[in-house]
Amino acid sequence: MSPVKNMKVRNFHQAKWDEPIIFELGSKGERGILLPEIENEIEAVIGDGFSKIPKHMIREQVPCLPEISQMQVLKHYLRLSQETLGADLNVDIGQGTCTMKYSPKINEIFAISPKITELHPSQPICTVQGILEIFYKTDLFLREISGLDQFTLQPASGSQAILTMSSIIKAFHDYNGENTQRDEIITTIFSHPSDAAAPAVQGYKIIDIYPNQEGLPDLEALKEAISDRTAGLLITNPEDTGIYNPYIKEFTKMIHEAGGLCGYDQANANGVLGIARAKEADFDMCFFNLHKTFSSPHGCGGPSAGALGVKKELIKFLPVPLVRYNGSEYLFDYNVSHTIGKVRSYYGVVPAVLKAYSWIMSLGREGLEEVSRIAVLNNNYLLKKVLEINGTSAPYAKGHHRIEQVRYSWNKLTEETGITTEDITNRMVDFGFHMWSSHHPFIVPQPFTLEPTESYSKAEIDEYIAGLAKVAEEAHSNPEIVKNAPHRSVVHKLITDSLDDPDKWAITWRSYLKKWKNDRI
Amino acid sequence: MNTKKSFIHPYIPNSVPEIKEKMMQEIGINDIEELYTDIPDFLRFKGSMDLPDPLLSEYDLKRHVNGILSKNTTCQESISFLGGGCWQHYVPAICDEINQRSEFLTAYAGEPYEDHGRFHALFEYASMMGELLEMDVVNVPTYDWGQAASTAIQMATRITDRTEILVSDTISPDRLLIIQNYCSPLLKMKTMKTDYETGKIDLGDLEDSISNKTAGVYFENPSYLGCIEDQGSKISSITHENDALCIVGTDPLSLGVLTPPSNYGADIVCGDIQGLGMHMQYGGGHAGFIATHDEEKIVMEYPSRLFGIIPTVVKGEYGFGDVTYDRTSFSKREKGKEFIGTAAALWGITAGVYLALLGPQGMQELGKLILQKSQYAMKRLSTIDGINILFNQTSHFKEFVVDFNKTPKKVSEINELLVKKKIFGGKDLSKEFPNLRESALFCVTEVHKKEDIDKLILGLEEILN
Repeated sequence: MSPVKNMKVRNFHQAKWDEPIIFELGSKGERGILLPEIENEIEAVIGDGFSKIPKHMIREQVPCLPEISQMQVLKHYLRLSQETLGADLNVDIGQGTCTMKYSPKINEIFAISPKITELHPSQPICTVQGILEIFYKTDLFLREISGLDQFTLQPASGSQAILTMSSIIKAFHDYNGENTQRDEIITTIFSHPSDAAAPAVQGYKIIDIYPNQEGLPDLEALKEAISDRTAGLLITNPEDTGIYNPYIKEFTKMIHEAGGLCGYDQANANGVLGIARAKEADFDMCFFNLHKTFSSPHGCGGPSAGALGVKKELIKFLPVPLVRYNGSEYLFDYNVSHTIGKVRSYYGVVPAVLKAYSWIMSLGREGLEEVSRIAVLNNNYLLKKVLEINGTSAPYAKGHHRIEQVRYSWNKLTEETGITTEDITNRMVDFGFHMWSSHHPFIVPQPFTLEPTESYSKAEIDEYIAGLAKVAEEAHSNPEIVKNAPHRSVVHKLITDSLDDPDKWAITWRSYLKKWKNDRI
Repeated sequence: MNTKKSFIHPYIPNSVPEIKEKMMQEIGINDIEELYTDIPDFLRFKGSMDLPDPLLSEYDLKRHVNGILSKNTTCQESISFLGGGCWQHYVPAICDEINQRSEFLTAYAGEPYEDHGRFHALFEYASMMGELLEMDVVNVPTYDWGQAASTAIQMATRITDRTEILVSDTISPDRLLIIQNYCSPLLKMKTMKTDYETGKIDLGDLEDSISNKTAGVYFENPSYLGCIEDQGSKISSITHENDALCIVGTDPLSLGVLTPPSNYGADIVCGDIQGLGMHMQYGGGHAGFIATHDEEKIVMEYPSRLFGIIPTVVKGEYGFGDVTYDRTSFSKREKGKEFIGTAAALWGITAGVYLALLGPQGMQELGKLILQKSQYAMKRLSTIDGINILFNQTSHFKEFVVDFNKTPKKVSEINELLVKKKIFGGKDLSKEFPNLRESALFCVTEVHKKEDIDKLILGLEEILN
């Protein structure tokens, strides 16, 4: 029986347009848009513009792009958009770790203003005082939220902020003449894959700390991992389990005593705004995902932003430029003595910064605290209800409350029925839901990770729970319907073998024509 | 919430006291504070975040933010000749329409079943880029050109099992900083000289510098200084003779008229798609592409998502999925190729829309217009006393260097005076390329009318005479 009485799942059906590939649309000669005509006076002086180009540098044949009229291009992409289940439409609590909250529409209006879109990043400083004010104040806000001393808004994502932390750790040890010796970064297996992968790009050896029985990163394992080779620690808290690590200050203390730096991946900050900060846990650096906690939309996977803050002592390593205010004017400061240089072009993902600024301004201190309190309330309500569904469990920390998300397991259901997380994910689609498993490796067997944020109403959370309960019930009563799902999606069961076969994989249409249609060889 | 007066924030439905009460009851608590008992007291923040009072009404928020933004002067309000990595091109209305669609704007990481359209659109983006570049593999976009070049270089080192990279010395200095940060300390970067008479690569220096330690040779075409490098075949031959890979950074908007790098031997091509339908957004509109031929040992070195087309159980139905997902850090953490995460997918979808709208004719006409307009600007500028166009014997695309050394004023002074005439002059190169001293990089695209260019000429004449 469903733990939420009288709550029905939706008789959903996703739009299915059976849309062709764009190369199959249109016909020769159709035009999607026309360009300005060249002025006669210019043509009279210059000619066709090609005479100056060496012959072998002039493209011989026009590119084989589709030729489609404007409305037909529009229609094609609108159909594809309808075949995408965005967070504005579904109850997107099934993408745990990603904080799928409401992205307010007013902030989109700001972001499409010509006052932002038509700014060139090399314009004279006196013509961009507005956007620099936004940058400067967003930095100040994030200092308050984290307790740290200076932010850079340059990193274009959480992963790029992690890379930036790794670069700063490297620069710090360089500065102290200890870089060759310190070649290890410690992280935890429940932190984002990039906490391990990004520093590895810069040559760091990675040590992953696994959880103990309580689900916390094992303190003994940390002790063993720390040595004079330790460069730093990159860690989330709460981790993707939603369990807050109360020993985090011991972690940072031990790393500091060993001479390392501590970087805080705050991808999971949504439950602790104004409640717990990087400063009190003694972190040297932290970053926030402006597209998660601070409401900028996820855009099918970016553009995004990772706002990175540091303690005073590390400001000298930040990427350039920093934005300063001299009392009358906002300006760029390139005078950062030991800067790591740059991680992204110009100053960062400007629209994401603008949206985060506006979101903070719309909530203020009490609003941000309420965001966290309700996100945590929603999560613990969801936890209570999910555990009432047959076949679920929430490994670790029994009887404890969680912060903003929980990594659950369907393992019991799989043992009883053979139905896996992947099967359930596919069946949830039929009710208009997304349910994500977790990052690899699957430490929790048959995992699923839910994060309800502050944005969803109780009724919506109940509807999601009813969806999970319905599928769990079907796993017993009608496993075939789950195994063969989805039934009401855009596509039917995919045949995926070719994705790992070099003779068959087709990453572009031209490759598909060659490999599958014997065309264009 | 208890502020001056009680209210329920429109973004937080479960703040309603009755609902809150019901949910707390269900959990078995009397106060939300109880949910935080696992955070020890000494880790709790005891102070109060010093943030401005919130603007609770949407109207007040709009007044406030628009008030700040109104302090900006845009490239619509002035005429801009700025380029150098971010370019002003016309953005067709449909590009904005599509990337503002709720579904694309707010989707994230769904599976191919519920996010079929997202996979489909990004597959088409890669496919159209593939046609423009004449290459069979194109990634889901990364952050920007700097990241794309960094990864292209890393891929070359893994494919060749070598660690040295030759980079042309006219690369964008900011891009070089990104690459240096990303690739240090494992890779060794050496610069390859430019012949400052022609603006093209000094082939003799390339032959002297390249060795059996070289993993790849990276150059840009058109170069950062706007020159069309017409020795591509020679560069790639020298590179291949040394069993290294030829990596070319390019402006996709040039490829309606210019030979794509794959035709002169490039193994990896990268660049930025901002010009393909993204507004400049003060540098916020960037996304990077990487393209290669479809060889297993190359494809397996991509860190990016690669979306492939596949069949479904229904005959004739197209499906999509991740090609060789096991390469990625999502699958293998630090044992995957570099790292992957959220980047710039929405701009990829938009660039697809742009290429579909322009089509083959549009891309060719666009390139031609840019050639004509920039050549007109060069010609007019060179008539002004004391002004020279650098590398005048070499052909250019979109950008060119104006040498002001023989005029009485510095570039910074000239630009300040131009701003007063509502003109943003070229990018001052005196710091980036001290050897060029008082020079500026000008950018002319299809958005510039003859009258805009004439206004620049008139303005400069007034300032310099």
